[in-house]
Amino acid sequence: MAKVIIPTPLRKFTENEGSIQTNGTNIQEAIEQLTEVYPELKKHIFDDGGNIRNFVRIYVGDDDIKSLQNEETPLKEDSVVSIIPAIAGGSI
Amino acid sequence: MDNINFSKEELERYSRHLIIPEFNIEGQRKLKAAKVLVVGTGGLGSPLLLYLTAAGVGNIGILDFDRVDETNLQRQVLFTVDDVGRPKVEAAKERLEKLNPHVNFTTYDVQLTSANALEIIKDYDVVADGTDNFPTRYLVNDACVILGKPNVYASIFRFEGQVSVFNHQFKDGTFGPHYRDLFPTPPPPGLVPSCAEGGVIGVLPGIVGSLQANEVIKVISGVGEPLAGRLFLFDALTFETRTLKLHKDPNTPKIEKLIDYEQFCGIGGDAKEEKKVKEISVQELYDMQVKGEDYQLIDVREPYEYEIANLGGELIPLKMVTSNIDKISSSKKVVVHCRSGARSAQAIEALKRKYGFDNLYNLKGGILAWADEIDQEMAKY
Repeated sequence: MAKVIIPTPLRKFTENEGSIQTNGTNIQEAIEQLTEVYPELKKHIFDDGGNIRNFVRIYVGDDDIKSLQNEETPLKEDSVVSIIPAIAGGSI
Repeated sequence: MDNINFSKEELERYSRHLIIPEFNIEGQRKLKAAKVLVVGTGGLGSPLLLYLTAAGVGNIGILDFDRVDETNLQRQVLFTVDDVGRPKVEAAKERLEKLNPHVNFTTYDVQLTSANALEIIKDYDVVADGTDNFPTRYLVNDACVILGKPNVYASIFRFEGQVSVFNHQFKDGTFGPHYRDLFPTPPPPGLVPSCAEGGVIGVLPGIVGSLQANEVIKVISGVGEPLAGRLFLFDALTFETRTLKLHKDPNTPKIEKLIDYEQFCGIGGDAKEEKKVKEISVQELYDMQVKGEDYQLIDVREPYEYEIANLGGELIPLKMVTSNIDKISSSKKVVVHCRSGARSAQAIEALKRKYGFDNLYNLKGGILAWADEIDQEMAKY
């Protein structure tokens, strides 16, 4: 089962879970599973047209899925998927 | 570089650098000749400025328009209790001059804007971005891209940090990816956790800002591999670290001029939403209390905020408001409040739009205004 790491700003939509296991075989299946369990996540990852938002990146291992096969990027048993949102804190 | 010399005191001070074979006096000369601008003297700016000063960066620009506040001291280790109320740049300079008298400091007690950014940044070799908001992040990035300066970036949220070196010029003259290659556009304001939902563990900016200082020193000295084309992530809760590859995105538009970044980040629109709802001042609320008027007070903050300070209102956190409409009176006057007035405006707007409430009043300035104007004993956060 691949692991999806939930970034801190989105954990309020996953009942504070920091990561979840998925048996999705590619990114699309994994994210669909994730948003089925936690529907509120959906609007934070996808825009109204179903595209991944411009301020969120999705990685498999250390590679951006944009440089792999986008949502079709296959997942292995030991894959680690990272969802990376823009955060701005610093001087606050 | 040969005209950069050191006094006996400086040689002694920097001796632990000078005896590192790959750093040595050449690295120290580069530091002394360098000009670094630190944007934001907060959580990240504190360790950044302390380490860059201690390390002997010769010329440091300090930019911040803010004043030191009691709530800063939990993480902004540059400041002391005596500094509360003082301009941050002034307090920072005073502290840093005591740390290293061989450094020249230039202070900018201003907000970085599209009108002044290019003029300020052009005199520096490296910019270190330790700001706290998206408009300034994009502004710093775009100004650095236009001027061809490296932007050593770090950002934090609660227990999580991100670090990268954007727009780094490699030896072959090409530039590495920058902030817009990573995040082409910012999140709209509604999707970003608001001020009081955010928060940060105090040690985190210390860790992340120190990593940022290390990258600044590597960029200047040319020692090691700067974090260019890579994004470092740190989760202080799980102690997981990840270093991800960043690529230049061919779809990133060429940046030729600075724009209105508040508008770009959709911030103008949000303020309008606050204005559309009916408002009441803290003084008016106080008068209503004193006169014993019949009204309902609703607090849309989170329970942990209520524990810090409250006005005795009924607690219905923002995200629960529309599922608790039976608890909200539709006949008498209802005053809704939060910390500063933004979330309560959102709650009123939603209740008005979905259920037609027209008896709701937003407490202007929220509980912060109450603490300022009515009850000085109340804790601000």
